[in-house]
Amino acid sequence: MLPLTIPFLATIGLATLGYFLGRSRAISVAGRDMRLLNALPHQHGLNTCFSTLLPPLAVMLIWALAARIASRKDVLLAPENPTLVYIILIGLAVAGLGLSMMRISRDFRARNASERWIMGLLIFASTVAILTTVGIVLSMVSETLNFFGQHDWKAFFFGTTWSPSFSGRGGDSQLGIIPLLWGTLYISFIALAFAVPVGLFAAIYLSEYASPRLRSIAKPMIEILAGIPTIVYGLFALLTVGPLLRDVFAEPMGLGDSASSVMTAGLVMGVMLIPFVSSLSDDIINAVPQSMRDGSLGLGATPSETIRQVVIPAALPGIVGAVLLAASRAIGETMIVVLGAGAAARLSLNPFEAMTTVTAKIVSQLTGDTDFASPETLVAFALGLTLFVITLGLNVLALYIVRKYREQYE
Amino acid sequence: MNDIKIAAKGVQVYYADTHAIKDVNVEIEDKTVTAFIGPSGCGKSTFLRTINRMNDTIDICRVEGDIRIDGEDIYDPKVDPVQLRAKVGMVFQKPNPFPKSIYDNVAYGPKIHGLARNKADLDEIVEKALRRGAIWDEVKDRLHAPGTGLSGGQQQRLCIARAVATEPEVLLMDEPCSALDPIATAQVEELIDELRQSYSVVIVTHSMQQAARVSQKTAFFHLGNLVEFGDTDKIFTNPEDPRTESYISGRIG
Repeated sequence: MLPLTIPFLATIGLATLGYFLGRSRAISVAGRDMRLLNALPHQHGLNTCFSTLLPPLAVMLIWALAARIASRKDVLLAPENPTLVYIILIGLAVAGLGLSMMRISRDFRARNASERWIMGLLIFASTVAILTTVGIVLSMVSETLNFFGQHDWKAFFFGTTWSPSFSGRGGDSQLGIIPLLWGTLYISFIALAFAVPVGLFAAIYLSEYASPRLRSIAKPMIEILAGIPTIVYGLFALLTVGPLLRDVFAEPMGLGDSASSVMTAGLVMGVMLIPFVSSLSDDIINAVPQSMRDGSLGLGATPSETIRQVVIPAALPGIVGAVLLAASRAIGETMIVVLGAGAAARLSLNPFEAMTTVTAKIVSQLTGDTDFASPETLVAFALGLTLFVITLGLNVLALYIVRKYREQYE
Repeated sequence: MNDIKIAAKGVQVYYADTHAIKDVNVEIEDKTVTAFIGPSGCGKSTFLRTINRMNDTIDICRVEGDIRIDGEDIYDPKVDPVQLRAKVGMVFQKPNPFPKSIYDNVAYGPKIHGLARNKADLDEIVEKALRRGAIWDEVKDRLHAPGTGLSGGQQQRLCIARAVATEPEVLLMDEPCSALDPIATAQVEELIDELRQSYSVVIVTHSMQQAARVSQKTAFFHLGNLVEFGDTDKIFTNPEDPRTESYISGRIG
């Protein structure tokens, strides 16, 4: 059994006990008239519970993190003397219980005290989310720097050949990001070229023309698309769309005989993005005030003139934001690419040729027997960081545009 | 006595099961300002919107009866509501300039109806409309600035200029001054008086003073009925119906 299990369970037990003890003590302190209490018995109980539970948990967490950072497992996770750890942690819990029990009186504002504990928990939750992001970036940065120590950064960013060698060590791997970036952008471009018009027109139809009944059926149906796992889209690409495109377009036109192609992955990814574009655009189009439409219709414009010349221009910044968000999803997508576009890094304009993307290559560089010291695996971190920077940039741009738009009508 | 521009007979309007307008008969003259007054929810805006068929855009709304403009039934299946709205302009309660430049706001109607043959033509139409909207002097130096950047009163005059630019024959105004301050209201009222030279203007208003100031004819609506219709002077000084008298003296509404 892990050394932390016993103090952890003991703390939870004590905290539960603390709730009931605190509550009953508050009731007894109040005497007959409950109104003499400054807070409800239940709130006294909660305060006792939090006071018992949270300090030992916080200590455990900080201790574990500190031990991990100092690379000394022995301090907490496998200590020489577990009894000492028990005494410290359980002692802390008992002390919290005792102190908070002693504080219970008619005038003690347990309501505000438990409120502060809750605020602490909420702050902790948001900190976890932010620190995780920072942690991801830091770990990527350190591995990336490690990679650039072993591989020339110019060859990485400007190299046009991607041919990692796993056999020999050193020298003979060419790790240029350009073909991967090209594949990523090409596939994303095709995906967006398909998803943006289809999604946008669907959104326009649903928000401007469809009856409320049809809308209430059609909108959830489109949104079902968003719930399909991408691996299922990948299978669809591999088994249906790929062979279809090859037989109908690529082979008759003499453009290749590969079922895996940029076109396959791009189209299927486009289908995946439709609900994204359509439901975001739909919300934005609905946010355009009805008075704009009335103004245009009142001047004798037809509904489609109104949409083209008034509604869409008014909603445009928001739609651009939606498209950019969809673009960052397309750039980060992996499974559809692996199954639909193949694994060959290639710089080509032919959309019926197999290509691959940054994300797919990250997967292939890190699967199998890997040695985390060679540039062939470390390159994955450099790829990941590059991708992260690109999508982060797109997200920031999208959020900026969307926010700027929102100010217009509020 | 001017010609009759709009003639409504036995007009009924329903919103789903609600009977919003009950058997309204009214004759609106050309080159006259006609005011619709009445308490909130009495149907005056609803009736106004039947005149350019804006109610068509509301799914649950149903209109019965006969409304003629220049003797032509506007609810005839042959009539295209889009064409009708070019002929019957409308100004709304809240100024609603499009998120475009001042110039493009005014040029919008003429462009979709193909009223201008070339750019110079369009410039002229825009200038003329802005002059009629009594806003030309304020915006002539910034025609390409966004219309939404104007003040509320300027926006409303811009919307009036925009409606005038398509050369309508009738101008419907749905409480055009309710979002404006007294100075902007005075400017718009002055403008309405000038517009009377060329159009038949129908204005819905909550302000009885405004109705008395700008209109020659007044119609009083109450609970979906047209209670009384006649010369503004007579309605305000010597109303026939006790309900009208109660309303204008402030006892109901």
